[in-house]
Amino acid sequence: MISGAILSAIALLAVIGPWISPNEYVAADFGNILRSPTFSAGHVFGTDDLGRDLFVRTMMGVQVTFAVAIVASIVSLFIGVLYGATAGFVGGRVDAVMMRLVDTLYAMPFIFFVILLLVVFERNFLLIFVAIGAINWLDMARIVRGQTLSLREREFVQAAQLIGVSTPRIILRHIAPNLVGVVIVYVTLTIPQAILIESFLSFLGLGIQEPQTSLGKLVNDGTDQMEGASWMLLIPATLLAAILLCFNFLGDGMRDLLDSRQSR
Amino acid sequence: MSLLDVNGLSIRYGDTDVVASLSFGVDAGESVGLVGNSGSGKTQTALAIMGLLPDNAAVSGSIALDGAEIVGAGERQLDSLRAERIGMVFQDPAQALNPYVSIGRQLRRILLRHGTSDGREADQRVMHMLDRVGLADPARQFRAYPHQLSGGMRQRVMIASALIAGPDLLIADEPTTALDVTVQAQILDLLERIREETALLLITHDLGIIAGHCERLLVIEDGRLVEAGPTRKLFSEPQSPHTRKLIEAAPRLDGSLPPPTAAGDIVLQADDVSVSYTERQGRQQLHAVQDLDLELRSGETVAVVGESGSGKSSFVRAVLGLIPMRAGRVTFCGRELAGPVQARAVGLRRDLQLVFQDPAGSLNPQLRIERVIAEPLAIHEPALDAKGRRERVAAALHRVGLDESLLRRFPHQLSGGQAQRVAIARALIVNPKVLVCDEAVAALDGSVRRQVLELLQREQQATGLGIVFISHDLAVVRSISHRVMVLYLGRLVELANGADIFGNPRHPYTRALLDAVPVPDPLAPGGKLSLGGEMPSILTPPPGCAFHPRCRYVKSRCRVERPRARRVGDAHVACHRAEELEL
Repeated sequence: MISGAILSAIALLAVIGPWISPNEYVAADFGNILRSPTFSAGHVFGTDDLGRDLFVRTMMGVQVTFAVAIVASIVSLFIGVLYGATAGFVGGRVDAVMMRLVDTLYAMPFIFFVILLLVVFERNFLLIFVAIGAINWLDMARIVRGQTLSLREREFVQAAQLIGVSTPRIILRHIAPNLVGVVIVYVTLTIPQAILIESFLSFLGLGIQEPQTSLGKLVNDGTDQMEGASWMLLIPATLLAAILLCFNFLGDGMRDLLDSRQSR
Repeated sequence: MSLLDVNGLSIRYGDTDVVASLSFGVDAGESVGLVGNSGSGKTQTALAIMGLLPDNAAVSGSIALDGAEIVGAGERQLDSLRAERIGMVFQDPAQALNPYVSIGRQLRRILLRHGTSDGREADQRVMHMLDRVGLADPARQFRAYPHQLSGGMRQRVMIASALIAGPDLLIADEPTTALDVTVQAQILDLLERIREETALLLITHDLGIIAGHCERLLVIEDGRLVEAGPTRKLFSEPQSPHTRKLIEAAPRLDGSLPPPTAAGDIVLQADDVSVSYTERQGRQQLHAVQDLDLELRSGETVAVVGESGSGKSSFVRAVLGLIPMRAGRVTFCGRELAGPVQARAVGLRRDLQLVFQDPAGSLNPQLRIERVIAEPLAIHEPALDAKGRRERVAAALHRVGLDESLLRRFPHQLSGGQAQRVAIARALIVNPKVLVCDEAVAALDGSVRRQVLELLQREQQATGLGIVFISHDLAVVRSISHRVMVLYLGRLVELANGADIFGNPRHPYTRALLDAVPVPDPLAPGGKLSLGGEMPSILTPPPGCAFHPRCRYVKSRCRVERPRARRVGDAHVACHRAEELEL
């Protein structure tokens, strides 16, 4: 509950923050380079080494981070659920082939894979989403497949078969709704993972490009100025940690909620 | 003063009273039965006596064992009471034993904690106990793990663990509900013999069990005691209407048989059906069903009866196309049904419907009742508009004796009986010609069970429905079956009409099943122990007649030659001695 509230507050701030702030995220204020947080000059979070307002940049970073997290989760949700449910329900040889493919993809070193992608194609915003989603769906597919395997043996599925319900319809109408609980929990747990990966990539310089920014990139910039301008590291890093913590708590909370309903 | 004194016991969860000012006593050495329908507070009472209620239960009143108060006692005090003074046997032995610890070590731990500190003495007492509960070769069983034992053997181990520290009171909570009828008779017999001076509180919903095994009876309804007294008196002159209802609802072997039907056309026919499963990654074939035939006429009910593992569920599931057949042919109204159910024509699927044992499991928990019942209509009568569909759903609900207030509910908001009726309504809404009921009433209380059976019979008379009814309990099928098929280890042992099966069984196994049925009559309680041992593993079936290791009429020929089913009188019997035996 509290986690949800804090997350919404951060998200809200991220959206309206840049809008109400007098500063632009690319505009440099040459009179105030590396200014520590102050209200008098209008730079609440201070400025960076180019004199850009850090508050606005941090909020932009949060926006990007949320966008990455949500898009990546949705990508992994769609691929993972459909793939896993199909493999689990059809079973037999189809299942074996599909899951061995997942195993193979698992075995590929992820960072290597992303670097390759970014080298082959232009670095672009969308590619990062896709790369992260494409990694995360593997876990989702495995979890969904496992659940589907046990659901398939449940009697209501057999009852539906006897009634004459077609296989795609059984997957959609009978299997999928029963997966919702597990999937929701898992999505809330993958979001922080996606955020972390994005930050990590940006930190390595593989992610978001200037003048765009993300929390990971801000932390990276911050480390360069760590000694002189510690706020440049501390503010985005604290925010990132807070978001991750909130999502993790949210996931745990969701799981408890759904579990208790099941046991009742 | 009695051994156990329960005085004004009340148990509340939130706003719900599950037990309300319950008072009774159990004297030393006495056997008392606690009877009630599910949800009447039987198990809660037992847990309260053991001090095992969860923390959110509000308990008031008093439970005293030899004057020592249990309600509100500290964990340390309770710990010494359990095992040493009170032992408990749970319903499901598979869940009550730790799967990772050998049974000998599990029993030994109890002794080392409550009784002796000498390891060797403990070992010996455990062996002795295992021997007393009838486990052959105790030294070997000592090292066995729970999964290596059958259900009946596990329950014997549970009884051993409850009694090993020498308690004064043994509480058995539905100790045989998870077991087959023949094994049930063995376990009850064991409980009776072994408890000696120990008082027994036997909790059950089945009056048949009580009639043969308890001196005194407590009947509870909705957490209140409605009647108490000596067993015989309660059966002969029940005072409260609830007791009378319970007695009437109990399945009996002397009730009426169903009225004969005008033999209709054959609707469903299966010939030489065999089903095999592959075990252990293809290294072993398990022949669950071998060469079974079935012939069902419209308006007729055929019961398929056998212990668990007899292949009855595999057989009908193969006929319906839910699992693959190894061999055999199924025809429906002259048209061959081949392949799995998904590959069969949708129109054909409409005529064959199944009702499952577990009503909760066979209804999708995410769909409202309205959608559940309407689903077959969406497939078989897509032309129907929303209004017509609603009317049909409402009509189907009325047919099974439910009203429309349930339509917006989810399956978990229904009672077991309601959920089973919904499942029947779903099966019947498209007016099938054949309904298969797989243990459809096994999970229901006596009175609800009877209502469901009557409902099926009514439907049959009204529409000429053919019913295949699977059950492990002959008493349950008696009132509805025109013909009965008895299976053992995947093969037919006897097929005859209802009157013959119940009046003149020709196979020793059928006789044993009948004997094992506990009858709710304290003067002739049934539940006789005419069958020793348990069904052998289907992976290693005995040579010759599969039943010979448990048969008391066994001859040398039975050990080597498998009997074929042949005609004896009006029946088909697979026994070499069918003609000569007087059963």
